[in-house]
Amino acid sequence: MSEISINCDEVDIVIGALQLDLTSFMEEWRPVFSQFNLIIVQDPDLKGKLKIPAGFNFDLYTKSDIDGFLGSLSNAISFSGYCCRYFGYLMSQKKYIIAIDDDCIPAKDSAGNFVDAVAQHIINLSTPATPFFFNTLYDPFCEGADFVRGYPFSLRSGVDCGLSCGLWLNLADLDAPTQALKPELRNNRYVDAVLTVPARTMMPVSGINIGFNRELVGPALVPAFRLAKEGNLRWETVEDIWTGMCVKVVCDHLRLGVKSGLPYVWRKERGNAIESLKKEWEGVKLMEDVIPFFQSLRLSTSAGTAEDCVSEIAATVKEQLAPANPVFARAAESMVEWVTLWKRARTR
Amino acid sequence: MAAIQASKSSTPLLKDELDIVIPTIRNLDFLEMWRPFFQPYHLIIVQDGDPSKTINVPEGFDYELYNRNDINKILGPKASCISFKDSACRCFGYMVSKKKYIFTIDDDCFVAKDPTGKEINALEQHIKNLLSPSSPFFFNTLYDPYRDGADFVRGYPFSLREGVPTAVSHGLWLNIPDYDAPTQLVKPRERNTRYVDAVMTIPKGTLFPMCGMNLGFNRELIGPAMYFGLMGDGQPIGRYDDMWAGWCTKVICDHLGLGIKTGLPYIWHSKASNPFVNLKKEYKGIYWQEELIPFFQSVTLPKDCTTVQKCYLELAKQVKAKLGKVDEYFNKLADAMVTWIEAWDELNPSTGLANGSAK
Repeated sequence: MSEISINCDEVDIVIGALQLDLTSFMEEWRPVFSQFNLIIVQDPDLKGKLKIPAGFNFDLYTKSDIDGFLGSLSNAISFSGYCCRYFGYLMSQKKYIIAIDDDCIPAKDSAGNFVDAVAQHIINLSTPATPFFFNTLYDPFCEGADFVRGYPFSLRSGVDCGLSCGLWLNLADLDAPTQALKPELRNNRYVDAVLTVPARTMMPVSGINIGFNRELVGPALVPAFRLAKEGNLRWETVEDIWTGMCVKVVCDHLRLGVKSGLPYVWRKERGNAIESLKKEWEGVKLMEDVIPFFQSLRLSTSAGTAEDCVSEIAATVKEQLAPANPVFARAAESMVEWVTLWKRARTR
Repeated sequence: MAAIQASKSSTPLLKDELDIVIPTIRNLDFLEMWRPFFQPYHLIIVQDGDPSKTINVPEGFDYELYNRNDINKILGPKASCISFKDSACRCFGYMVSKKKYIFTIDDDCFVAKDPTGKEINALEQHIKNLLSPSSPFFFNTLYDPYRDGADFVRGYPFSLREGVPTAVSHGLWLNIPDYDAPTQLVKPRERNTRYVDAVMTIPKGTLFPMCGMNLGFNRELIGPAMYFGLMGDGQPIGRYDDMWAGWCTKVICDHLGLGIKTGLPYIWHSKASNPFVNLKKEYKGIYWQEELIPFFQSVTLPKDCTTVQKCYLELAKQVKAKLGKVDEYFNKLADAMVTWIEAWDELNPSTGLANGSAK
């Protein structure tokens, strides 16, 4: 890893608590989390009091805090389930946010070393990205690597990185049909690389292990897309996929980079893919319609901030996707509300 | 769903469908190390430089060898498109091959070891890459979904999971990395020690610097695009041959709906060329490149370009029209591109195969 000194005051770690007892999760992460401020948001549908071990600096938000902040807008965006963490994004005032699902623990690299996922995300976010030309040796700013012969010199200073997408060992983020068909499939391959996902290339952003520059792209992480029967397993949601498309479009438009690769986290076994499959899985069909839309989406030159971009995307969603399915109309509305909430949070 | 895992059975040898093309000016001693992996295959050796020199091929290899005299004899006046005193001459080997697949490797590239210490059969990995689909329309965060132990991630559109045919497999290098001269001068001791266990498709619409040191491709799908340009003796530029071919190939692959993969396999690159010599060869390219990249990034090919040759000739036209004013060299290069296609078609008649359909 490069010699980058990490300023802990610039970072919030946001944890969406979908289970009451966070003890084992936080103990596993203690060597890393204890240096930072944590924002813990309890899923508003989760009844009871969270169990959080001692020795951490954290701010805790529960249903009453969420309701209090939303005020009259409490019918618009839902912060239940995995979306609870977005409230944490709203509350943060830091430059960088790192978010990790509460069923993930630190991974070990191929040499058996403990992977500090937070440090790696911060390195990714604080070094330039290179979205305009593919470097075949991956991240050129990594120690021991560089731009290869043929990489245009004018593109070598790179651009700011807005989003850092990490990966998962053990239970990878596969969809339910895939995991159901291959129940034994586990990800054991540690790919020692970070790379910039090229501009105008879409990708599925998994919310399980991400970091982002809140100052640059915060508003673009929108909790907008909910399935009717959304559940508490990643196999039963697509909220992060929708969010990821929005963030990628925004980053491409604002000439920011999105990185993918390291760090890995170790994702524990949870749930049953076949059970998830049995639920009505409308997300698949819906996302098929959504892909061409996002791939061809271009924003106007006057959209100069993430807020502007989100507003514009919302308007286009309303115009082009909403007529086909009311879930898109709701998504557009949520995105508009989100921008309002974001502005409100900034003036707190 | 990902395609059926071909890796459950062993990778086919393809020994009658693949030629190994090696440019050389010195000797072929490096083949000894590759013997266990290369011996089943036919080699096409393109001897650069002095044709009166005899290149010793280690015993036991089945090969054909072409020196400059042979190239001149076979191509006549069209031989002008084949570079002299530059490894770009290797593309003559592609033209003269009759096989479906080509693997090309430099004579200073040796067998690398993976992190477990096992020797890497680079050719086998290239074959795996070429025989499985690519996924250029949407980026899979777990890299090549067709590899053993991987798959498409949640959120990857099902309608895109069939993939497209793979035209090119671009391998990498441990030890001496493929840096340009300025970088070599600044970091003479840097070695690539990072083994990145991934293969991935380079997304549609994204360019990359292709390196010809360790490269496989489907000659039937993309062969005519693999022209390595005018380099070396009498030319103002060198070390841009493979990159030129790579940009043309990528644009054409994007147009025809074909995929290009990069990543594994690694070879061990043993020789660092002289950075001062390299700088002299490259320096014009460093400036010209700033014009070339926007050119390739904005190139569009008309819908009626449905074969590689048609695409390539159209590209040649646009090179002349738009890059001719950057330097006279590009007029010559555009002419050479046309000559190349003429020579290709002459040596490979009736390859009116479907090279992929223009999307």
